[in-house]
Amino acid sequence: MTAETMPTKLVGQAIKRREDPQLITGQGSFLDDIKLPGMTHACVLRSPYAHAKIKSIDTSKAKAYPGVVAVFTGEDMLDLNPLPCAWQAGRVKNNVNTPRVLAVGEVHFAGDPVALVIAEDRYIARDACDLIEVEYEPLPVVVDAKKATEPGAPQLHENAPNNIVMEWEAGDKAKADAAIAAAEVVVREQIINQRLIPTPMETRGSIARYEPATGEFTLWTTSQAPHVMRLVLTAFVFGIPETKLRVISPNVGGGFGQKIFCYNDMAFTMWAARKIGRPVKFVEDRSENYKYSTHGRDHITDVELAGNRDGTITGLRVTTYANLGAYLSTIAPGIPTTLYGRIITGVYRIPAAYVKVYGVYTNTAMVDAYRGAGRPEASYLIERMVDRFAAEIGMDPAEVRRKNFIPPDAFPYDNGLGLLPYDSGNYEAALNKALEIVGYADFRKQQEEARKQGRYLGIGISSYVEICGVAPSKWIGLPGEGWGAGLWESANVRVHLTGKVVVTTGSLPHGQGVETTFAQIVADELGVPYDDVVIEHSDTAGTPFGYGTYGSRSLAVGGTAVYRSVAKIKEKAKKIAAHMLEANPDDMVYENGRVYVKGSPDRAKTLAEIALQASVAYDLPEGMEPFLDETTYYDPPNCTFPFGTHIAIVEVDPDTGIVDLKRYVAVDDCGNVINPMIVDGQIHGGIAQGVAQALYERAVYDENGQLITGTLMDYAVPAAHMLPPFETDRTVTPSPVNPMGVKGAGEAGTIASAQAVMNAVIDALSPFGVKHMQMPATPENVWKAIRAAQASS
Amino acid sequence: MIPAPFQYYAAKTVNEAIGLLQQHGDDAKLLAGGHSLLPALKLRLAQPAVLIDISRVSELKGITSDGDRLVIGAGATYYEIATNEAVRAGCPVLAECVGQIGDIQVRNRGTIGGSLAHADPAADLPAVALALGATINVMGPNGARSIAADDMFVAMLTTALSSDEVITTVTFPILGKGEGAAYAKLRHPASRYAIVGVAAYVKLDGGTVSACRIGVTGAGSVAVRQPAAESALVGTSGDDAAIAAAANAAGDGVDYLGDIHASAEYRQAMVKVYTRRALTEAVRRARG
Ligand SMILES: Cc1cc2nc3c(=O)[nH]c(=O)nc-3n(C[C@H](O)[C@H](O)[C@H](O)COP(=O)(O)OP(=O)(O)OC[C@H]3O[C@@H](n4cnc5c(N)ncnc54)[C@H](O)[C@@H]3O)c2cc1C
Repeated sequence: MTAETMPTKLVGQAIKRREDPQLITGQGSFLDDIKLPGMTHACVLRSPYAHAKIKSIDTSKAKAYPGVVAVFTGEDMLDLNPLPCAWQAGRVKNNVNTPRVLAVGEVHFAGDPVALVIAEDRYIARDACDLIEVEYEPLPVVVDAKKATEPGAPQLHENAPNNIVMEWEAGDKAKADAAIAAAEVVVREQIINQRLIPTPMETRGSIARYEPATGEFTLWTTSQAPHVMRLVLTAFVFGIPETKLRVISPNVGGGFGQKIFCYNDMAFTMWAARKIGRPVKFVEDRSENYKYSTHGRDHITDVELAGNRDGTITGLRVTTYANLGAYLSTIAPGIPTTLYGRIITGVYRIPAAYVKVYGVYTNTAMVDAYRGAGRPEASYLIERMVDRFAAEIGMDPAEVRRKNFIPPDAFPYDNGLGLLPYDSGNYEAALNKALEIVGYADFRKQQEEARKQGRYLGIGISSYVEICGVAPSKWIGLPGEGWGAGLWESANVRVHLTGKVVVTTGSLPHGQGVETTFAQIVADELGVPYDDVVIEHSDTAGTPFGYGTYGSRSLAVGGTAVYRSVAKIKEKAKKIAAHMLEANPDDMVYENGRVYVKGSPDRAKTLAEIALQASVAYDLPEGMEPFLDETTYYDPPNCTFPFGTHIAIVEVDPDTGIVDLKRYVAVDDCGNVINPMIVDGQIHGGIAQGVAQALYERAVYDENGQLITGTLMDYAVPAAHMLPPFETDRTVTPSPVNPMGVKGAGEAGTIASAQAVMNAVIDALSPFGVKHMQMPATPENVWKAIRAAQASS
Repeated sequence: MIPAPFQYYAAKTVNEAIGLLQQHGDDAKLLAGGHSLLPALKLRLAQPAVLIDISRVSELKGITSDGDRLVIGAGATYYEIATNEAVRAGCPVLAECVGQIGDIQVRNRGTIGGSLAHADPAADLPAVALALGATINVMGPNGARSIAADDMFVAMLTTALSSDEVITTVTFPILGKGEGAAYAKLRHPASRYAIVGVAAYVKLDGGTVSACRIGVTGAGSVAVRQPAAESALVGTSGDDAAIAAAANAAGDGVDYLGDIHASAEYRQAMVKVYTRRALTEAVRRARG
């Protein structure tokens, strides 16, 4: 961007993403683009059974196949520990079962890795997999989380009776029981939040190289958290010094949470590279991504919501069976607990609430964070039930929401479920704005007219709040939440001798545009040209430790670390300028990249001049270190709590059950906005995924544990033609938690949208007497819901 | 998602392709657009040892019209058919049908010959071929022969074609005055194949339906005609009541499939709904 076209203040401007020219012209470097000299290719043989004992494995034919370099089984890798899990999250006791790098003795889901072939190319490796002979003894299978806890259900792990990972609770049970017993109205439902497959456009994979001379590994991997992977692979899986591994995330083609976690290919490529003395590459194909990499959601919930006929909600009681799959993934127990149970009351002041969560093992792929991670499940539940309650008492759903919102003057607000207080909010303002954009009153008239003509229109409101920038470490770490990890973030800012600014961050993007937004912040705060700021990331060599990118935390936590480092640079620059100008440091003003004595802006030193002085360093204040170089490890005092209201309008064809999503309005409040185009992009993508959960997506296992939605021909991810234009707008309620007043926007769209669509579908179907139906509202499900309601009325 | 090894031949003529088919027997498969065969290869559901690529055979290309009939090369892609002027003018339902197949990539690659030879239970074209009484012209070691659409689709993924024959062209009638046809489809959101697809052809003579043909795909294991519904409409004026009665008679003789995408019960109900929709539009078009 040239100086002429550059607005003076960059924060708040829709600046085009600096990442995009490279990415959209095909010049990015994704994992599969990387080719190393002598590189070999890995293919995994996976169990076709969802539960079985491995009686024997014969790899001799595969080993003899031309082009095969080596074949390994789980028995060969017993020197590796199982993959780690932040197991104390959710207060899991002594029944942790995490996957081994390759299965040993028993497999627990279809797709569990059994053997590894390393070959000269990927085709040979795949062919040789077919030559491995494995004898299995099939065992009984359970895929449903509730059924898995019932007596007589097949058992996955000896240390987890009834397949229960944990029983976790929050809130006040006695109070909730009493509120429900005393209520004028109680609405009850079983609500299923179906299993989803995150489906990043790029599948996952790893490439490892080992240097025998130094004993050092380099691992390129599709990760949202390279520093954490370095830590857990060395300290937990390999038991080698952390310094022996460098982890690099190249361009990453979307993650949606699936790429946060530690996966077996990271370990087996490293292990095999060391063993065979050549680099090893593994890239999942789509089928493997669907079978093996983590899934999301999968809750079965019994919920009761109590209230008065005047619309006041008085109580909420929730029991959830959260399917965590065959083993625990890296942070699996934290999702249905901290990020779900603790925000189950949403945007409402509910005086008595209680939630119980059972985490459950089943013979399915592991379940962990998927965009929104717990909050979509929570928001779906409460927003569906508020509509259900409104319908029951014959009150307008917008009115019920208004009546029960946490009011703006109640912040900071403690919801009584063990979260830190909600930081700030103005829920009614966002609702009102969304209702105004959609033309709520007019719509209700149109709806009535349409019904007379046999057309079924519906409107659905979703007022959400979520948890972003999850922190502080002293809460999420020990002892209460027990994630066993801090969640601070880091940034180093250096102003080089030429005045150019180099920022290294422990955070990283995988499509979000962090290079752009961070540069906007730095350019504004330092008063330097945007193009003079470079953001370096994604390589453990050269960036400070950071926890990674997820939970909509990159800006609120990582961005604040950058902001703070810049503030420190400015302080030091003032001292140097004072020395240069022979003035008192306390009298210095930093403005637009220049430092001057208060009242004399004409006699200023530019940042470049100061940086030069700091670098050549022969004339600095007594005792001052050379160079402008500052690092921050930022641990925020609280999470942030973005909110908003989304509204969907649908028309349902009662003959076929087809749902036509006609309009979608989103009013989001993510605090102050650094780049509105990027926020809109995040919201758009998020809505697409939430709409898809409502209308299209579901991962289905049959009773034998076979994933029958195992390809993109069966599993319906949203395409542009399936979505209406989104009408987005914002309210701005700055967060008091961090100096920039930002909250986070990466997941809000997904968190808000499924229930907006489902509430609209059910509103459309209300003339038939439909009160609730499960997602996805596929044509057949809608058609059946209409017929079931007609039959029972 | 990585196919087993195979040998690859790029045939230049139909005869060369037939020769290769004879030579390699059951080990060989023709490869046209690849949009049914390659997914099967990648999932290793099919592992032919030999692929004979016919996508460069110029004899199989092209679309011609002789005034009464459209002759469509087996190698014509959906895109070529959907955008062909003679098709759009003479047999618009064909363009309507192929325009709804898959997504852009599928329409740019997939061919009419491949679709009819593969006979996927959810493929769109078989319904239209049945409703229009298309003819599938094939060449084999013993020369050329023609297969009526009614005889073509035998069972799931099974046609009247023998393994050493190549579809060369497909012939469709050009619709005249008083004739109308339409295709109505409930499509799967992921694959975009038909959950239920109904093609209807109607001929009006002086305000009375003198001929009707209905082809149903997606609902069962193989595309079929709907004789009961067809004869219910013939002799009527084709008004809404007659169409409703005919649609109600639809759904017989289908070996219904039930899976996670749609139950047999739902598919059966949708055959009636989409028959009504296709007939309504066909009659409207026949009236001109
Ligand atoms: C994502 C996706 C979506 C799709 N959606 C739809 C849809 O909505 N509706 C629909 O109808 N189809 C759909 N299809 C299938 C598509 O239409 C295929 O292209 C078609 O079924 C096969 O045609 P092809 O030219 O690709 O044949 P190929 O895949 O090359 O071959 C298919 C079979 O036909 C044989 N064959 C090919 N040509 C001849 C010939 N001339 N003579 C004899 N045998 C021949 C081959 O040997 C093979 O057995 C979809 C496919 C994909 C991948």
